[in-house]
Amino acid sequence: MGTKDKEGFLKLFMVYALLICIGFIYLYPILHMVSVSFMSLDDLLDSSIKWIPSSFNLANYKQAAASMKFWSSLGQSILLAGIPTICNLISCSVIGYGLARFNFRGKGICMGIIILSYVLPSQVTMIPTYVLYSKLGILNSIWAFILPAMVGQGINAPIFILIFWQFFRQIPKVLNEAAKIDGAGYFESFYKVSLPSAKPAFITVALFSFVWYWNEAYLTSLYVHGFTGTGMTSLVIQLQNFTSNYNSYASTSTLSAAPSLNESIKMAGTMLSILPLLLLYFVLQKQFVESIDRAGITGE
Amino acid sequence: MEETKKMTRQEKKALKERLKHLKSGKLEKRDASRGYLFMIPWFIGVAVFLAYPLGTSFWYSLNGIRNTPQGLFYTFKQFGNYTNILVRDPDFIVELVDYVTSTILSVPIIVVFALIIAMMLNMKIKGKSFFRLIFFLPVIIVSGPILGMLTEEGAGSISAIDMNAITAAISGVLPRMLAEPISDLFNNMITTLWYSGVQILIFLSGLQKIDKSMYEAAKIDGGSGWECFWKITLPNIKPMILLNVVYTVIFISSNSQNPIIGLIQTSMFSGDQDKGYGYAAAMAWLYSVVVILIVGLFALLLMTRKGAYEKQVKRAKKAKKQEARNRKKIERRNVRNAKRIERQRAQGKITSRTTSREDY
Repeated sequence: MGTKDKEGFLKLFMVYALLICIGFIYLYPILHMVSVSFMSLDDLLDSSIKWIPSSFNLANYKQAAASMKFWSSLGQSILLAGIPTICNLISCSVIGYGLARFNFRGKGICMGIIILSYVLPSQVTMIPTYVLYSKLGILNSIWAFILPAMVGQGINAPIFILIFWQFFRQIPKVLNEAAKIDGAGYFESFYKVSLPSAKPAFITVALFSFVWYWNEAYLTSLYVHGFTGTGMTSLVIQLQNFTSNYNSYASTSTLSAAPSLNESIKMAGTMLSILPLLLLYFVLQKQFVESIDRAGITGE
Repeated sequence: MEETKKMTRQEKKALKERLKHLKSGKLEKRDASRGYLFMIPWFIGVAVFLAYPLGTSFWYSLNGIRNTPQGLFYTFKQFGNYTNILVRDPDFIVELVDYVTSTILSVPIIVVFALIIAMMLNMKIKGKSFFRLIFFLPVIIVSGPILGMLTEEGAGSISAIDMNAITAAISGVLPRMLAEPISDLFNNMITTLWYSGVQILIFLSGLQKIDKSMYEAAKIDGGSGWECFWKITLPNIKPMILLNVVYTVIFISSNSQNPIIGLIQTSMFSGDQDKGYGYAAAMAWLYSVVVILIVGLFALLLMTRKGAYEKQVKRAKKAKKQEARNRKKIERRNVRNAKRIERQRAQGKITSRTTSREDY
């Protein structure tokens, strides 16, 4: 395994074969989705066409984009994922630093509560929180996501706190002591000494927080989109309600050309809703893949 | 020369003695208390978004709640909601049993699969980063609606494999209660495997941290690859296994594909007299107890299983302790005997010759 001698040819061949096979199985749903999304109705019905459509039909995408109100949903999606992510970064880094640097009383209990709050399903706290939000009048607005994120209680915030905690623990304490001798206060030594060296942790938390907020359907539809659908929306929510959205679009559409909903249009809609994240992934692939390594989660 | 050295040693001793009685300094205390400053946001968050909702949610679950434009109307029901859910609700128990069996089945599959992939990626192969890219890809697209859409269109399973044959074969062998989740698992094989993206990376970075020289040493001692896996790799990544299992359970439980979560939401907004906030809160409590039990079960299973090395160390420590205890026992007996003999000798009952033998 880790030794210098070479692996046997047969073993290596097996490993490659397995990896390629499993890789294909992994990508199969995505490939299927891409191929179906380009098919016209004739291609769908033609049983001789399995993978490659006879022509690249972009009409599906046009219909799906129009029914999802793609551009406005995309903008709202970015806001809904981006702003809570920034709040998460600020609050979780401060909390993680507090846990890592100071040996105050009751620290063990705090860690216990953080882990417990991760294990506890959000459904338990969901109903009173819903009532609280409606009392505060922030239901169906982005504030329902921002407020908890600002105080370290956003989606999966315990993980982010632990990532920062783990990271700040690794930075030598001597740096902070040196800063103190040079006359820096506690906060100054936090944001001038510790923060700049925690860049990898920030990247990891930012990426994961963004992706998780983007993909969150349950809480978004409850707090932000609203039961009646009056609040903000996101691409994932639009996909969740794709059938009803599409039907209402097709019935009101001034274009008489809107066909009835078929598989291709559904797949085109699915593709549209993951396309922004896919692009992000391929642009920032290195950051994504190395994120866990660099954040030192496994440092124990 | 000798004198000064002695002095310093005495001084050192005195200093040590003094340090022992010293509590942590004022500076250190003030330093530690500044931690609270950084924790203020978290304290607020826990109070507002954790402690308060938890308490209120429990209170809700004991009440029947009617939601009217004038506000919420409570009628105290004690544990009425819970008994209603457990006895009368047609869906909840079925879904819960389904959830538990499918979770307990799929978590080991996901974690073992992730471990296998991670070990393959840890070998010296070309295109490592390309494969990592593929295996991490699902992490960014696994969200409820997308998975729902894909399974709806039958993209969640491999069409080349005849699923009906597998389902028939399974239901022929196993009882219905087990057969259904297993065939479900086969039907959604790909989407199940898709859950393992983060786990693969966690395992991979754990594997890379294992000291390579351990494998070399094992090889010199004639250890096979199989033995190396069980005695070096597995004990070293054990904390990561626990981490991954917990992560997987939580991920499955909070995924919006999970029907129980949907059930809670629909009963929350149900116009039914018996349902509503209180009923949904009771459901949520039952559900979280089950989730915590599952996490606890896996944690217990993984924590009690000790590696061979740890076992040996423990046994050796135990033997050492036993030995120490025996030695102490003998010492005590010796002291006791000596005292007795002393006493007896004082009374003039025995001669010195017999004592020496007994002393021995």
